[in-house]
Amino acid sequence: MMNLLRLLGGRTASAPVARERLQILLAHERGLRGQPDLLGLLRAEILAVVSRHVVLDPEKVIVRMDRGKNVSTLEVDIEVPHGFERSPAMAAT
Amino acid sequence: MAKVLVVTSGKGGVGKTTSTAALGAALAQLGEKVVVIDFDVGLRNLDLVLGAERRVVFDLINVVQGVAKLPQALIRDKRLENLWLLPASQTRDKDSLTDEGVRSVIAELRTKFDWILCDSPAGIERGAMLAMRYADEAVIVTNPEVSSVRDSDRIIGMLDSKTVKAEKGERVEKHVLITRYDSARAARGEMLSIDDILEILATPLLGIIPESQDVLRASNVGSPVTLNNAASAPARAYFDAARRLMGDTVTMMVPVERKGLMNRLLGRRAA
Repeated sequence: MMNLLRLLGGRTASAPVARERLQILLAHERGLRGQPDLLGLLRAEILAVVSRHVVLDPEKVIVRMDRGKNVSTLEVDIEVPHGFERSPAMAAT
Repeated sequence: MAKVLVVTSGKGGVGKTTSTAALGAALAQLGEKVVVIDFDVGLRNLDLVLGAERRVVFDLINVVQGVAKLPQALIRDKRLENLWLLPASQTRDKDSLTDEGVRSVIAELRTKFDWILCDSPAGIERGAMLAMRYADEAVIVTNPEVSSVRDSDRIIGMLDSKTVKAEKGERVEKHVLITRYDSARAARGEMLSIDDILEILATPLLGIIPESQDVLRASNVGSPVTLNNAASAPARAYFDAARRLMGDTVTMMVPVERKGLMNRLLGRRAA
């Protein structure tokens, strides 16, 4: 009898679930939209700062981000060619 | 002053073309001079929904490339003398549409019409971008369904950043048009409600088009629903939406079918 009642009209409403999922997802996506290329920006600025002191191959600067449930990590991998060669601008000063 | 209005959604199949045809026809029926432009190059359908598919000679791309003059490509509706169609090309490559070409076509249309309705293709690629590029206003067609609401949110973000108005620091006036709405299912909690959608999208409501057999029946015969069955629930909802676009204050409600059960059964059989 209970099963029959559930079949007839007691189905749980799914719209509140839809609403909540959308709110969480869109809050996340709108955040990303504001800063369209966070990684690109980080890479460019890190490259600029490090290049002031050390000669770098721009191709060898890799910035990676990993979004985890509890912890997110930002990985910066910079390959320095031929040991540390000081940037000419800085070496002069 | 002419108004350029893009009908867009991101997601496909939510009713952009149907709504462009119905709103365009409703505005024309209310006395406005209207042109509807199909931006879906390669997948044109506005001509079919308007029943003008056999009258297409030149198209938007022909005009953009200078092969035809604008008046040669415009098709006047046979039933509504105020309604015109500028069809998309069915055969050309969609890259033949250029920003400059669209700009000049719209600038010319502005001098001749009260309303220029741009029917956007689905997606967020070039065609959709060009359809919204010169818009003053936007109608975002949304179904009460998670994927449609998400895509609408994305399109709203684009309207606020990629249009000429946005780049000048002005705002494209945006309206949400909810289509295929089933108030009984929403009342039972089976479908996102109007309030849910508006709260999530934070954009004002233009109208609520109820799920109805009249919409398919109208497109089957190539006639906008406001013309094919002006008394039907979706037609009345589109008329209300068109009046709101014209600046009238119209009480928001979900139109319901007026017919009784018996009539509906008979009507269904007759159709």
